[in-house]
Amino acid sequence: MANAEHLKIVALVSVGQHPKSGRARRAEQDARAVELGLNLCGEKVQVLHAGDVAEESLRSYAGMGLKQLRVLQQAAGADASVALGDYLSEHLPDIVLTGVRAESGESSGMTPYLLAEKLGWPLVTRIADIARIENGEAEILQALPRGQRRAIRVRLPFVASVDNAAAAPRQSAYGPGRRAELENLPWVETADEVRAAFEEAPARKRPKRLKMVKAKTAAERFKAATAKSQGGGGRVIKDQPPHEQAQAIFDLLLEEGVLR
Amino acid sequence: MSDIIRRDPRAEWIARNRLHPLHAEMAAPAAETRGPSGLIRKNPHAVGFIGPNGIKRIDRSGGSGAAVGIRRGARSAQQVELPLHTVENPDYYVVAVLDMVGGRLTSHDKDVLGQAHKLIRGGDGSGAVLAVVFGEHKEEAFDKAGVDRLLHLTGSEFDGYCPEQKVACLAEVEKQYQPRYWLFPDSINGGNELGCRLAARLGERPATQAWQVDRDTSVCRGGGGLSDITRDTPRLLLLAEECADPIDETRHQVLALELDRKPRIINRLQDCGQVAVDPNSVSLAEAEFILSAGNGIHDWDQFHQAAEALGATEGASRVAVDDGFMPRFRQVGATGTWVTARVYVAVGISGAVQHMQGIGQCDKVVAINTDAGCDMVKRADLSIIGDSQKVLAQLIELARDYREGGAENAA
Repeated sequence: MANAEHLKIVALVSVGQHPKSGRARRAEQDARAVELGLNLCGEKVQVLHAGDVAEESLRSYAGMGLKQLRVLQQAAGADASVALGDYLSEHLPDIVLTGVRAESGESSGMTPYLLAEKLGWPLVTRIADIARIENGEAEILQALPRGQRRAIRVRLPFVASVDNAAAAPRQSAYGPGRRAELENLPWVETADEVRAAFEEAPARKRPKRLKMVKAKTAAERFKAATAKSQGGGGRVIKDQPPHEQAQAIFDLLLEEGVLR
Repeated sequence: MSDIIRRDPRAEWIARNRLHPLHAEMAAPAAETRGPSGLIRKNPHAVGFIGPNGIKRIDRSGGSGAAVGIRRGARSAQQVELPLHTVENPDYYVVAVLDMVGGRLTSHDKDVLGQAHKLIRGGDGSGAVLAVVFGEHKEEAFDKAGVDRLLHLTGSEFDGYCPEQKVACLAEVEKQYQPRYWLFPDSINGGNELGCRLAARLGERPATQAWQVDRDTSVCRGGGGLSDITRDTPRLLLLAEECADPIDETRHQVLALELDRKPRIINRLQDCGQVAVDPNSVSLAEAEFILSAGNGIHDWDQFHQAAEALGATEGASRVAVDDGFMPRFRQVGATGTWVTARVYVAVGISGAVQHMQGIGQCDKVVAINTDAGCDMVKRADLSIIGDSQKVLAQLIELARDYREGGAENAA
C-alpha cells in the first residue's frame, strides 16, 4: 500500500438510512469505501457525492478526516449515475470506490456497473481490501460468501464496490466534520423518468412460506404432522475396518469440494 | 378392459351357499359389493382383519392386509410418473441464469425457475424456460425443477472467476434467442453480479430484490429493505429468495440447446485463486464445512488436529460445551448457532432435537457414531458406525497425504 500516494482515488458516497429509525446517516458500505481510500492515499482521497449539498449526513463523512468534499448539485428526481459518469470521464481517476448497494432510494446496486460500463473500465465487485498496487496493477481481495476471500489482479484504472467485509470505518469526529468544506459544483441534471413512475411504500412484511403437505388421506396428513423426519437413503457403513470408513468420508468431502 | 360392472351370478350363488367348497374364497372380499341396482353396498362385518392377538383390526389407510403389496406398488409408480410438460417449437424463451452453488440447484434457483413458469403460464403463445448453466454440474433433477431447455456452457474458459466471459456469452444468448424475460437469482453467489453486469451491458433497467412478480407489475425491495417499490415488470429481473413456489408437480423436457458462436474474450480480472482463510476465524453460522464434536469424543487433541488437517471449522454439541471442552460460541443447535454448512461432520453426536434443529439447513451430514440407532444416523447422508478415534486418525492421515500429494503435483 506504500506507493499509492500519487494515485487519484475517488470514493463515491451516498446518504444512508438507519435500518431501524430510518434516519439519514453515513452509509455503512460507502463509509468503508472512504476508509479504504483514506488508508490508500491519506487525505488526498477525493470524496464525491451527487445530490444536495445541504444534506447534514454528508458532514459525517467529512468527519472521518477530510478537508474537503465535492458535491455535484442534483435535484431529488435526477439520475445520479449519469452525472457521476460524466464527472468521472472528465476527471479520469485511477480508482473509483463505491458501496455495493445504497441504503436509500431504489438501492438496486447498479451504480458501479453503470459507471464501469460507461468508462469502459473493469469492475471488481465486493472487495474486502486492496492488498497492494504495483506497476499499475492492483492486487485485490474479494469477499466471497461464507467468509472466504479471493485474490484478483487487475490493471488500473478500475471501479470497485466495497463489501461489508472491508475494514470498519473510523469514527466520525463532529467538529472537523462541521469545519470541512463542502464544495458545490452545479452539474447538468438528467431526469430519471423510469423512476418517476415507481410507487414507493413502506415495506410490507413478506408472507412466510408454509410447508405444503400434499397428502391425499387423513392418515397421511396425520403422519406428516407428527412423524419425526426419517433420513431416507442415507448410507450406513458398519463392520468395516476404520481406514475404509475414513476413505468413504474422505471421498464424500472430495466430491463436495470442501477440501482445499 | 371395459369399465362396465358385470354381475357374476355363479359367484353370488357360491357366496350365498356356506356349504360350497369355494365359499371361503368367494366371500372374502365382500366388504364392498354392488347391489342389484348397481349401488355400492358396504358390509361392516367384512371390513378389517383379525390381528395376531385375535382382536379385529380396521386399517383405513390401507397399509395392511392382502392388498398391501399391490397398492404400494401402484403408489410408488405414481410418484415416479409426474406428468411431462412439453413445449414444441416455443414462441419465446424465458431465460433463467442459475447459480449452481457446488454444482447443484439451490433452493433459490428452483424459486427462480418456478417464477419463470409463472410468467409463462396463462400468457399468449407457448414459452419455454431456458436455463443457462456455466461450468460442470452434478445436478440430475433438472426435469423436476422445471427446465424445458438447457444451455450448458462448459470449457476451461469458465473455470474460476470469469464474470466478463459469462456476460459475453449471455450477450450472445440475447442475440440468438431474444428472450422475453431474463431472470437471475439476486444472491451473493454470483447471480446478482451477473445480472447487474448484463443489465449494464444491454442497457436494461433491472428490478432488483423483486419478490412479487407477474407480467404487468413487480414489487421490489428498495431503500435498504425499508420500502417496497411497485413498478412495471422490466425485461431483466433479479429475484429475491422465495419469490415464487418451485415446480413440483410436473416433469420437463430438459432439451439441450447450443450457442452458435461462443465468444472468447480476454479477462481483465485475473483470478489468482482463493486465499487461505483460517477456518476458525469464519463465523460458525456461515462456515461451509464444520467438524462438530459431541459426547463421544475422548481425545480432544486429536479432534483439533483433525479439524486443522481437513480445514474445517470446529463446532460442538451442548454436552461438549457444558463439560468445558469447547467454548460457548462453538455450540451448534437451538441454544447455540444455527449453521448453514454444506457439509457437516458430526463426531460422537447422537442428535438431540435441539441439535437437529440447528443443522436443519445443512446439505450433507456425515455421522460418526458407535450407536447405529441414534437420530443423527437417521438424518445423516453417510453414517459410519465405529470408533470415532480410529476413524479420525485415518482421516487425518488421508488429509495429510492429500495435501502433500497436491503440493507435489503443483510443484
